[in-house]
Amino acid sequence: MRRANPIASHPMSTTAITPAPIPLGRRVKRFMADRPSVPLIILLIILVVILQILRPGIVNERWIGNTIKFAIPLAILAGCQTMTMLTGGIDLSVGTVATMSAFIMATQVVNQDPAVAFLLAMMPAVLIGLVNGIGVGVFRVHPLIMTLGTSLIGTGCLQVYQRTVIASGAKIPDFLAWLGTGVTSGFPNALLLFVPLAALIVFTLARTGFGRLLYAVGDNERATRLSGVQYWQVITALYITSSVLAGITGLLYIGLIKAPSLSLAEPLVLPSVAAAVIGGTSIFGGRGGYTGTIIGALILTVLTTLLTILQMPEGARRILFGLIVLFVTAAYLRIVEER
Amino acid sequence: MNHFLRRQGWVVGLFALLIVLFIATRIIQPAYGSNDFGSLARAVLPYAFAVAAQTVVVIAGGIDLSVAAMMALTSVTAASMMAGASEEYALFVVPFVLAMGFALGALNGLLIVVTRVPDIVVTLAMLFVLQGAALLVLDAPGGGAAEWLKALISGTVPIPGLPDAIDAWLPKALLVLIVCLCIIWIPLRRSRLGLSIYAIGSSELAAFRSGVPVKRTRIIAYALSGLFAAFGGLALTLSTGIGAPIPGPYLLASVAAVVLGGVALGGGKGGLLGPIVAVFVLRLVRTDLTLLAIDPNVTAIIEGLIMVAVVMFGAFITMRGRQ
Repeated sequence: MRRANPIASHPMSTTAITPAPIPLGRRVKRFMADRPSVPLIILLIILVVILQILRPGIVNERWIGNTIKFAIPLAILAGCQTMTMLTGGIDLSVGTVATMSAFIMATQVVNQDPAVAFLLAMMPAVLIGLVNGIGVGVFRVHPLIMTLGTSLIGTGCLQVYQRTVIASGAKIPDFLAWLGTGVTSGFPNALLLFVPLAALIVFTLARTGFGRLLYAVGDNERATRLSGVQYWQVITALYITSSVLAGITGLLYIGLIKAPSLSLAEPLVLPSVAAAVIGGTSIFGGRGGYTGTIIGALILTVLTTLLTILQMPEGARRILFGLIVLFVTAAYLRIVEER
Repeated sequence: MNHFLRRQGWVVGLFALLIVLFIATRIIQPAYGSNDFGSLARAVLPYAFAVAAQTVVVIAGGIDLSVAAMMALTSVTAASMMAGASEEYALFVVPFVLAMGFALGALNGLLIVVTRVPDIVVTLAMLFVLQGAALLVLDAPGGGAAEWLKALISGTVPIPGLPDAIDAWLPKALLVLIVCLCIIWIPLRRSRLGLSIYAIGSSELAAFRSGVPVKRTRIIAYALSGLFAAFGGLALTLSTGIGAPIPGPYLLASVAAVVLGGVALGGGKGGLLGPIVAVFVLRLVRTDLTLLAIDPNVTAIIEGLIMVAVVMFGAFITMRGRQ
């Protein structure tokens, strides 16, 4: 994970000159602040341990596989949020885009070649991403509004589209079902898609010019523009990438859920924002990374299982979910800011 | 006059748009009369309060994603308290629900100030909490509302000395909306507190350095938002007679109307009148599309397109103005 303040090691060197004993608590805190994913992993482990105590024996190979399967779509969508948040934006159209591509795939594959269906399914994703990018990058519309607006339009289009295919029915391509739910020697097949994708995102953010530009734009947009960066190009490329990722998530998710509906991926949108924030990405831009987001998505998935197992009424579960998201984010900010 | 036009240009434009839409409605449906206007006002009521709730917070430089959930919670609370209770009991329910909205809004603000978590995340978390609470109060649509409260927003206002033909165009719902908004907004706008809300939205640092109690002002802004949302929840209960625990589409609509109403999302600019007129515009567009017998799904597309186009246009104008 990238650190916001590269001079963070300085206090260490000053303490080396004046060797005053540092209390253990402070040292632990500082260690965690230098490695922001450590407290997140600890939290994840604590949650799993609680789960194991409440339901002894639940934590087995199958459960882990299932958790990973359900965490992956959330993690990819949270990746869209991470990248857009790095520039100070947000992409709330990911749910609609994922639903659209899933629904179009499932209905088109009935009569079309899978490859053609795939291309048709990705078309709205690219289009919505392009519109988002132009709106945010060229016209400077607030990303929240822009992506909400395009998601509204997308949902409308999908409903109109549904009328035209109501007779032909839908089916889930075997390949997607295999990818979404299949398990090969203990590992969910979805990892075949997710691991390269995650590696690509992490690599792009940390090592390529495009990734650096995202951080730069989010950190100080004016300075970035003055140094000759074409702001609108970066933003347009970013929102198209985000939308395409969301489209791919939709295809993966339909393979997992196996029931195409018009609100398939909508419930994932707000949790994807929460996963990115829990993972330490600043919603104001310039700070964060994808590793934390993945752990954030895992935490949210385990948390959902935990709340389901407690057999509380639906209302109490939502209350707890909200409170925990808030508490984790607040505690995490405290730890990271402490240096 | 010129100065007025420049400051209120956006709102004046919206009013013009609204009038054009009314004329268009009359052309599409020559029978569009006072009854239809009354039902428009009743339909607008919850939206208008949601928009007012969002406006206060946006002017203060924040955003409140929990508006719709807050309305759902206050609505089911009011409905379940009034179910089977006496008519007089409602006199207690209304202030109680309003106070609850105010307190929960203040909690939103307090959490933002104390935890220093971004407002978007705090109100997102609160969205889950309030939704959950609403489900705990009522797990399915139900409850009831006092008859006199329901009568409060249906029908028209009889004004002595005016012919019935004019009376008919004054639905009670519109009057309730105007009164509720005015008694809160106008004193606020003229007070020191109102100025502080604009100040922290415009520049938090500058406001802080000029001695504005930033944290307190932020908490109060969210509390007022909660209060407006509670009004919206009550309006929902009154217009349907029951409470529904699943939030309606008010979050998206409120943000859209705020932007359409000329309130900058960055904060510090705009007023309440613009967004309220914008709500009427958006609802009337929907009415027109229904009257034209257009597929309701296409209506959603058109609404989205209007919203995006307006926002792009607004952003384009501001960009031009800056250069």
